[in-house]
This record gives sequence, C-alpha cells and structure tokens, in this order.
Amino acid sequence: MTTHATRPAEARETTEGTVYTVTGGDWDEFAAAVESADDERIVVNMGPQHPSTHGVLRLILEIDGETVTEARAGIGYLHTGIEKNLEYRTWSQGPTFVTRMDYLTPFFNEAAYCLGVEKLLGITDDIPDRASVIRVLLMELNRLSSHFVAIATGGMELGATTVMIYGFRDRELCLDIFELITGLRMNHAYIRPGGLAQDLPPGAVDALREFVKTMRKNLPEYDKLCTGNPVFKARLKDVGYLDLAGALALGATGPILRSAGLPHDLRKSDPYCGYETYDFEVPTTDTCDSYGRFLLRLEEMRQSLRIVEQCIDRLEPGPVMVADKKIAWPAQLALGPDGLGNSLDHIKNIMGTSMEALIHHFKLVTEGFRVPAGQVYTAVESAKGELGVHMVSDGGTRPYRVHFRDPSFTNLQSMAAMCEGGMVADVIVAVASIDPVMGGVDR
Amino acid sequence: MSAQGDANRRVNEDESANVNENTSTSGVPAPRGEGEPIARRRGMFGANNGGDTSGYGGLARTVRMPGASQRPYGGYFDEVADELEGALEEQGVDPEAAIEKTVVDRGEITFHIAREHLPVVCRTLRDDPALRFELCTGVSAVHNPEDTGRELHAVYHLRSLTHGRLIRLEVSVPDSDPHLPSVVETYPTNDWHEREAYDFFGLVFDGHPALTRIMMPDDWQGFPQRKDYPLGGIPVEYKGAQIPAPDQRRSYS
Repeated sequence: MTTHATRPAEARETTEGTVYTVTGGDWDEFAAAVESADDERIVVNMGPQHPSTHGVLRLILEIDGETVTEARAGIGYLHTGIEKNLEYRTWSQGPTFVTRMDYLTPFFNEAAYCLGVEKLLGITDDIPDRASVIRVLLMELNRLSSHFVAIATGGMELGATTVMIYGFRDRELCLDIFELITGLRMNHAYIRPGGLAQDLPPGAVDALREFVKTMRKNLPEYDKLCTGNPVFKARLKDVGYLDLAGALALGATGPILRSAGLPHDLRKSDPYCGYETYDFEVPTTDTCDSYGRFLLRLEEMRQSLRIVEQCIDRLEPGPVMVADKKIAWPAQLALGPDGLGNSLDHIKNIMGTSMEALIHHFKLVTEGFRVPAGQVYTAVESAKGELGVHMVSDGGTRPYRVHFRDPSFTNLQSMAAMCEGGMVADVIVAVASIDPVMGGVDR
Repeated sequence: MSAQGDANRRVNEDESANVNENTSTSGVPAPRGEGEPIARRRGMFGANNGGDTSGYGGLARTVRMPGASQRPYGGYFDEVADELEGALEEQGVDPEAAIEKTVVDRGEITFHIAREHLPVVCRTLRDDPALRFELCTGVSAVHNPEDTGRELHAVYHLRSLTHGRLIRLEVSVPDSDPHLPSVVETYPTNDWHEREAYDFFGLVFDGHPALTRIMMPDDWQGFPQRKDYPLGGIPVEYKGAQIPAPDQRRSYS
C-alpha cells in the first residue's frame, strides 16, 4: 500500500553537521500514496455521552488531521414516544406530555399544542385576554431562560466557565419566576386548552417587576464578558457559517435564519396570542456565523424583556379560562395544607349539594371533551425557531395524531453544512450555536 | 429534472411490481366519495375488548373528515390555487390529475396531491415567483387504517416568507403500496423529516438519498406510530438483547 523509501536519504556534510535531503527519490510517490490511501481517514464518534454535544447527540466526524471532512449526526437516543403517547390521553392531558419535549422551552411546547387544540375547537377568539397576556409573558420569560442556557452551555464548551456560571445564575432567576407562577421549575403543564391551569399567584407582579430590574442589570454583563472579548470572538467569528440560501433550503429557522439577515419571526409574520399588539423588534445580523447568533440571542433577550414589561402593564383582572364549561375544567384550585388542589368549597359543592356538577366534573376529567374532526397546523416562534404542530382529530376525546415540528430537529440538520471543512474544535462551537435540545429533537 | 423523472419512474415501477388486492390493480389510491367518512368507531371510551362496562359499547359513530371545498376558497387561497393550476398547466401537467381535491377548513387550505405529481407540484410551489413557498416545515404522517386504499397520509406544510402564506399538501397512499416520491431534491430540509415518517409509519420515499431509521434502533421491527402498533406492552428488542414487556417483568410486590 504505502511505498517505503528503498534507499536512504542523501546526506551531505555542512558546517552545521550532516544534512539529509528527503526530497527526491520516491518521496513524492510516498506522499501521494499516503494522501490517496483512504484507510488513513479517522472517524471520530463524539457522543452520545459527551459533555459538549448537548445531551445525547452523537456526532460521527470523519477527520483528516484537524479538519472535518464529513460530519453526520446520529439522533434518537432520547426518543420517548410522546407523539404516540398523546393519542392515548385526553386533549387536556396533552400539555403534561408536550412540556417535556424540548425541556428548555416548555411554555412554547404547551402554547403551540394548546393553540392547535383551540383552533380545532374553533375557540381561538374566546380565549380571555388575561390568559393570552400571561401566555405571552411566560413565553418571553422562557425565551430568556432558553437563551441563557444556550449562551451558558456554549460558553462552557469553549472553556469559558464564567459565562456558564452567569448564564445559569440568570436562568435560575427565570425558573424562580416559573416556580412562583406554575409551582414547578420545569415541566409545568400550565398552559391548557382554553386558557391556563390557574391565575397568577399573589405577589407575582411584584416579583416580575423585580426580575425585570435585575435582568436590566445582568444582561449588560454578557456584553462586558463576551461581546468584545478577543478570545471569544476568535472562537466564534466565521465559525458555523450558514448563509440565507442554505438556511432556507435546510429549513433552519430562529436565530440561525435571522443570523443570515432575514428578519423572519412568526410573532411578526403570523401573530398569535396577540403578539401584533406588542412593541418589539426582530433583530438580525448578516454575519451568518456563531458570533452573530450569540449577538442575536442577547438582543432577543432585551426585546423579550421589553415584551415582559408590556405584559406586566397589561395585566387586567379577569378570567384565565374560557367560559365554556364543557371545556374548562370545573376545578377551583386552592392551596391547601397538603399542596395545591381542588378547593374545599368546590369539593363541598360537588360532593354535597350538586350531583350534576359532580357528574359533569367526573365526565370532563375522565372522558374529556370532544374535538370536531379535522386537522390544523399551528406554529409559534420558539426560542429556537418555528415550533409547529400538526394536529388531527377524529372527533373523539383524544388526539388522533399530533406531530411536532421541533425547531431543534430541523436546525440540527444544518450541522453538517456548518462543520464540514472546518476544524474539529469548531464543531463544538457550531453545534452550540444551533442550540439543539435532544428532548425536542427526539421527542 | 432528470432525478425527478427518475423518482417518478421508480414509483411507477413499484406500482406495477406490487399489485395489491385492497385497491384497484393499477395501484393508485382508491377514489373517495363525498362526505369523507374515514372510519367507524364503536363505544364511548375506547375500550373495545370487553372492558367497557358503561353500557355505551353499542354506540356507533362515523368519523368524517372535512370534505372538498368549492370555490371561492377565500383569502389568498384562490390566488394560490389559480397560480398553481396555471403553472402546472404550463408544464404540461393536468391540474385536475395532480390536485385530487382541495379542502378549506378552519382557515387552512389543503391540496390533496396525486403522489406521482408531488415532485413537480413542490418544485412549482417553490420556484414560481407568484407562489414562492421557500420553506417546507417537513412532513407529518397520519395512519387511517380503516380508510381502505388511502391508509397512509403524508402531510406537508409549506410556508411562503415572500408572500406570508401557509398551505398544506396531503398525499394519500395505500398501505399495501406505501411508496411516494421524495421531495428532498426540492426541499433538502425534508431529509430527516422523511426518514422520521419512514421510521414511524413505513412510508417509503422513493428517491430519498438514504432512507434509514432515524429515531428507532436500526434493527427495530415494525412502525411504531401506526395505529395497529400497541403503546407499550411489547418486549423491547435492542441489538439482540431482549427485555420483556412491562407486565411480564419481575416484580417485587
């Protein structure tokens, strides 16, 4: 296979000592043989358990020296069959599943799902204003928390652990708000078909105002830490390059598409939950690279804060669930000594005085409501891009088919286009700039 | 264009190779009448193996999907339909044959496309300046086991960023011949989406560069999101190792 030199390299004596000349002879042949021998390629398996692959993502890299010649992604390690499971549960039980898909963007999953159910039911216009405002509020807080993780883990993978500490510190503040409002840090199942599981708790508005104030102080720290940092810039600039044609062909949305200069945002182009009434901007960069995506995420967080502030100002007292008692669960939640549950008054009412209310409660909870047959597609602009739901009902009390078009799944396809021809170390940066979450990719 | 023709030819070859008894011998999906009944359900609670003690087990219900719509479709739908029909005619494709049916429901338009015309329809939708559906959001699949001859559906959502529009394409194929042409050539983003639809529903996208399983292990048997595939209760098989079904595992109670 490889040709070895059949004669020793020529030697000549100089004042510095003996100099061997390895050019000439069959050296050229040797070099050519090494170059063309294809079993010299190295295939590196990165993951599925690797701290830099964002969960259980397996990257199969074919490398030549430090250069990646071919990159592929192996996924499916976190497949949980959520779409299949949804077909075996009522429409109201759906949020409990979908909130666990992309576990960093639970409110987007829930909102997309619920908007789909509401569109199938034809009650989109009946959703109370307060419910929509709180949905927007939570989605924007979720955009903040998701971007914090994207920046934090991206920084950690570069070795910038301070960025990680900062990112997770601020994400924790977002999760504190989630916990205050929904009772859970993650997997909330708070947005329900028809509205919300419950209203904001007392003190939520004050906590939100405090949160916005803290964030206004904390967000510039990322600028100070990263934006002008020469090491950070050297690692991110021109890495993970994907231009507009590539992004559209590969279906990449969210920060990847906007980093290529197209201000496409479903909140502007196909508004839902009343986004058309909020004042915010869709930032773009035209660098098409990881650095641009980092800057975008920072700017999007500032815009999200603006929306959060507008939401706080708009919160008017009112119901947070549709008035239709055939859809809204009859539960009157209250905090008891053993945690959140049906209020004692409500239980006293259905158990003691109103058999019809008891029957209604029982039917609605065990059997669920019926949704007219048909199919819809609803999409929200998640922190990662277009999160679409294709939902089919056969007129029954359970979804006939729910398919999630998760942005992480689609965006991850662009990994190969971003990485091939680059350095191995840049694969990490490119994947971090895609911000895939395997819970969403594999569902 | 040549690869597209290739894909078409492959579909036709497969059709002639797989004569199925459920549908007509030509292998085309069976035509569907008005009203769009796709299934019949019995009972109320979904339990049909004797577990339903409610007394409602005798209830029967016909599942009807929204039927074909008549013009005008409303909004931008008429414009899209006109442009698509015109552009197809220009290319020598009979719009009547390519678009089996158009359904407008809940403010969304669905074009039911004959599978052999899917590649040309997609390319037209993407490239025609008046249509410009640049972004495909992938393919979803639906399994209607009782809708004989049209059991498997592939559903595509196309978004036009230029015009701010969204349409749906739906392709139906019989279970006995689950082939349809791939649109990866037009929309490279569908690479993984088509693999996913194959993995979970067994839809075979002819012309896909590498149609392999994507979520399930490579050696998995069956297509898990089909309606006749159970939820749980099956032994887990992975690379030769056998793990019994949950109800047959050791218990410590």
